[in-house]
Amino acid sequence: MSATTPSAGPRPFWQPHLAGVLLGLGLLMTFVLTGHGLGASGFTTALAATTADVVAPAATESSSYWGPMFENGRNPLDSWITWQVIGAALGALIGAMTAGRFQISYDGPVRLGKPQRLLMAFAGGAISGLGARISLGCTSGLGLSGAATLASAGFLFLGGFFITGAIIGLATKRIWQ
Amino acid sequence: MSFPLGIGGIASGLVCGLVFGFALERAGFGSATKLTAQLRFKDWAVFNVMFTAILVAAIGLYVLQLIGYVDMEQIYIPSAFLWATLLGGVGVGAGMSIGGYCPGTSVVGFCSGKIDALLFFAGLIFGTFIFAGAYDFLEPMLKAMPAPEAQTLPELLDVPTWVVLGALVAVAATVGYLTTRKPASPSSAASA
Repeated sequence: MSATTPSAGPRPFWQPHLAGVLLGLGLLMTFVLTGHGLGASGFTTALAATTADVVAPAATESSSYWGPMFENGRNPLDSWITWQVIGAALGALIGAMTAGRFQISYDGPVRLGKPQRLLMAFAGGAISGLGARISLGCTSGLGLSGAATLASAGFLFLGGFFITGAIIGLATKRIWQ
Repeated sequence: MSFPLGIGGIASGLVCGLVFGFALERAGFGSATKLTAQLRFKDWAVFNVMFTAILVAAIGLYVLQLIGYVDMEQIYIPSAFLWATLLGGVGVGAGMSIGGYCPGTSVVGFCSGKIDALLFFAGLIFGTFIFAGAYDFLEPMLKAMPAPEAQTLPELLDVPTWVVLGALVAVAATVGYLTTRKPASPSSAASA
């Protein structure tokens, strides 16, 4: 794994089934080690709670939603999921660097300008964040990890996810390609 | 020694996360264009990667349980509220089609240098604030319809686990075959 020359361009993505096997083995290892699967939105929730607590501690700790996360002096970020997301960030960084794919850039719907793309990314993130709290889990925690335990909830989540995503995805395909 | 080991420490979080993030990056899931191409049915990587991963872990858990290494009673199985689970899936699906990522993949995106993924991540925090603000109003509605007693597909359908696994393998293999075989067009012969 020596440094890639800029002219070589990024390496291709892995074949989907190969990447899926590695992801599945990582998920299986997580279940065997911890008894639960992988996640993501548990961390964003803890980060949001901590942000709220820094800005308005009294209001946050008396809030019916945030309050219980701070009971008995607890810190919501002091949790396994925080370390798992830090690990995922490092893993992604290593993956992008070693494949020559790390580049400061703007992804998103190519037919739109940068400000509109960033606005759509923020709006999509807000809808996703709200959704993940409604279902108590996101594509990782409920879709991937839930379905791996054959939980009906995992498949129900994935059904709602793919059907809605495809309806809006097909309706907006002109701005993406 | 019996599994799960109940290791919830820093090292296990970092190691499990490292494999997770690396696999998602190698799959191409740090790219909003790649992720949303699945939703336009132009690229089946999201389906193929996710289904393969789900089956590897599910079959692994099943085998480890059969040989007595894993006690499924100790494995966390989500059993949320029916409408809430479906509605949340709708929200996360809409979020990906509009913003390009989901919570986990936005982390992979901005660790690949994508500015829009960072904005998506900021949006996640904002969306969590909206939920917290509306919590007293939302909570009774979301808890209105609890999930059935049967937590898993084998329990719900009243069939053995291997039947469900077999059916899922059949679906995954069929979709995988149809979506990853090389097109038999003359133009592809030149690239071989």
